[in-house]
Amino acid sequence: MANNPITDVAGKQQTLLGADELILNMGPQHPSTHGVLRVKLKLDGERVIGSECMIGYLHRGVEKIAEHRSYQQFAPYVDRMDYVAAVSNGLGYCEAIEKLLMVEAPPRAKVIRTILTELQRIASHLLWLGTHALDIGALTPLFYCFREREEILKIFEKYCGARLTTHAFRIGGLQYEAYDTLEKDVERFCKAFEPRIKDYEDLLTQNRIWLGRTKGVGILTAADAIALGATGPLLRASGVKWDIRKAMPYAAYDQYKFDIPTGKTGDTYDRYMVRMEEMRQSRLICLQAIENIPSGPIMAKVGKVLKPPPGEVYHSIEAPKGELGYYVISDGTVQPYRVRIRPPSFVNLQSFDKMVRGHLVADVVAIIGTLDIVLGEVDR
Amino acid sequence: MQAVTQATMEFMKEYRTPLICGFVIVAVLPLIVGYVVLVERKIMADMQARLGPMRVGPHGLLQPIADAVKLLIKEDIIPDDADKLVFWLAPVLSVGAALLAIAGLAIGPAFQIAQGINIGILFVVGVSAMGIFGIVLGGWASNSHYSLIGALRSSAQLVSYETAAGMALVCGLLFAGTLNITSIVQAQYDQGIWFGLLAPVAFFVYLVASIAETNRAPFDLPEAESELVAGYMTEFSGFRWSLYFLAEYTNMIVVASVATTLFLGGWLRPFPRTHWLTWKSTGMDFFDFLPALLMVVVGAYCLARTPKQPVRVQQLFMLAVAGMCFAAAAVLAAPVIVPFVKPSLAAAVKPLYEGIHGGFWFICKVGLYIYFFMWVRFTLPRYRFDQLMRLGWHFLIPLSIINVLLIGIAMIIGSYYHLNGWWLLLATIPASIIALIIALFILALEQKGQPQKAAGAAPDSYA
Repeated sequence: MANNPITDVAGKQQTLLGADELILNMGPQHPSTHGVLRVKLKLDGERVIGSECMIGYLHRGVEKIAEHRSYQQFAPYVDRMDYVAAVSNGLGYCEAIEKLLMVEAPPRAKVIRTILTELQRIASHLLWLGTHALDIGALTPLFYCFREREEILKIFEKYCGARLTTHAFRIGGLQYEAYDTLEKDVERFCKAFEPRIKDYEDLLTQNRIWLGRTKGVGILTAADAIALGATGPLLRASGVKWDIRKAMPYAAYDQYKFDIPTGKTGDTYDRYMVRMEEMRQSRLICLQAIENIPSGPIMAKVGKVLKPPPGEVYHSIEAPKGELGYYVISDGTVQPYRVRIRPPSFVNLQSFDKMVRGHLVADVVAIIGTLDIVLGEVDR
Repeated sequence: MQAVTQATMEFMKEYRTPLICGFVIVAVLPLIVGYVVLVERKIMADMQARLGPMRVGPHGLLQPIADAVKLLIKEDIIPDDADKLVFWLAPVLSVGAALLAIAGLAIGPAFQIAQGINIGILFVVGVSAMGIFGIVLGGWASNSHYSLIGALRSSAQLVSYETAAGMALVCGLLFAGTLNITSIVQAQYDQGIWFGLLAPVAFFVYLVASIAETNRAPFDLPEAESELVAGYMTEFSGFRWSLYFLAEYTNMIVVASVATTLFLGGWLRPFPRTHWLTWKSTGMDFFDFLPALLMVVVGAYCLARTPKQPVRVQQLFMLAVAGMCFAAAAVLAAPVIVPFVKPSLAAAVKPLYEGIHGGFWFICKVGLYIYFFMWVRFTLPRYRFDQLMRLGWHFLIPLSIINVLLIGIAMIIGSYYHLNGWWLLLATIPASIIALIIALFILALEQKGQPQKAAGAAPDSYA
């Protein structure tokens, strides 16, 4: 951040009562910074006049690790970035390497990938909803959300044995065949999920306190959102209809019908509504996908040792939190020369200062919540 | 020397009962608070589709004791930069004020520690408001930004909402014509109607304001967990922290008791002067049997659920609960059945009846009030500070003031037409509705006056 608001003494702002500014350190150990985000807030009373995000507390050098692992060996590492949406991370990485290898996963693998990824999107959004509501003070939605998320995690567990860091996909397709009752489980979840979304909405959507806490809070205009590189629900809530699933279809998304929900004002409430609608759309995609899972192989013909031809590739997918991109350079050996990851959380976090200025301390946590960041991904 | 001993003896003789009661309260209240916390956690669990504490004792029944032991043996940390004396004093002040307020409350016609204190309500409200010093001083003494903000929020909040709560209480006092707690309840008996029904708006204002006063969600900004970590108690740990906790829950009991006394008829049963299905020979009617019947129903439900419990321990537990319910039913039924069986004992049993049934109804009402607190807490998100202030100053305070005014007018009209008891509703209900409409109108005007001063605007409501 070039224009640092805290250390920039020359640009001192006038406080309300002429009192000294208060510097409040939020995090890295704070109940609602969603991990180890540290925010340095410059306060006038309770009004925020400047902020600075300090990140890196969870830096593990994931990109560097990639340079010392073979292509397959690195795949489980990407699960640890956005650890609440591990399946999406894996999909992005596997597809990027497939692009580099110039192979394509078989149709059956693509459809199963799509189902699992959309379930993961719902799970990720559920976690966001629960914690966001908790930040704003509503205790109960958290437990309801976890109840539904549990069902999704059970499906993952049945499919690949892991619940959180799944490593569900392999380069070239899938390791595991879909288990017998996958369709039935997904269908049962989708059927049960519809009334559950209504439950959350009953608790929050028309709630006066919720409206007061989210409407007009953390406004991000479309121009700002684009300029800051915001993607995902953050961008769509500002009114920009941009979804990589539609714009540059990957996996099996071109086969399914779904809408891209957008907001108008780009405030916290719009982002809430966009994500709620996205959960419904993901549910519809899942229902469409289980209708017709093509039969056939689940793994394309790739060798045991992957040696992509020298070259570079950028592949991005629409992860639950935004555009997740992998930029991979191959030098023709078994290890990538460089893997650069474009994490949605990291980029979305850059709009924090823009959104938070002029608001109160209470809004800061609402805005952190609405950004839906995962620090594992921000710091990598 | 002998004179001193003499005076001490005199003093002890005169104040023996209150002193013993005081000791009992100080000793027992932490336990009660512990179990209120357990009940809260169980209710929370029930609303959130989970079980709550289940590990310590059957159904987690010993959890409060485990918690208390944990808190007592925790390391007592005083931050280096803290003002040690104030840091030490603040929680004591907070809990002292809360416990002192209990002294003014009357649980039954004869059970009040400060017997016959004629400024009862004023004493309770005044003393419990002192607790805020503990919060402000504690927040200031910890020398931490979170604590400081929490303390500032707390003081601003209390100042704003105490006004509304006070005005709401004035409404009830208008009907009672006295500050003495026993007399207030007696006045409700004489009228045959609870003041909460006569002045529903005042009761509503008190309900909201009392949630804010006790720093409970959705007004728990001073300790807003997700914003200020723990607000004014961020730096407190172990025993000191538990003192704040004790103060918070004691305050909850106090405001619930005040509301019960003033608006819900204290220890009176519902419909205190209405008789339905009267048992001629003794003058007992259906409502006198209601407590016993309620306990029998609860006990029968537990009994019916017993075979469905998965584990033997839980079966025994349910059986024990059912047994306790039946025992309570027997105790509650005894005073109403004895006069029927042996009319000669009627006079002897009368005070027993008043004590037991009064206590039962009082605890029921306080329990329901606290249950409402918890229900609200688990349902609603938290207000933001400026919204909280706006709600207080732009809605609740005007509403309560207009309400007092109109209720006063309604009472004059009522006395002119000789309206009494339930008939007084004819005058007070329109008055309450008009007050509500005017207040909403003021609120609408206010919002129109400052169009969407949302984002960047400075909060103008620092009281």
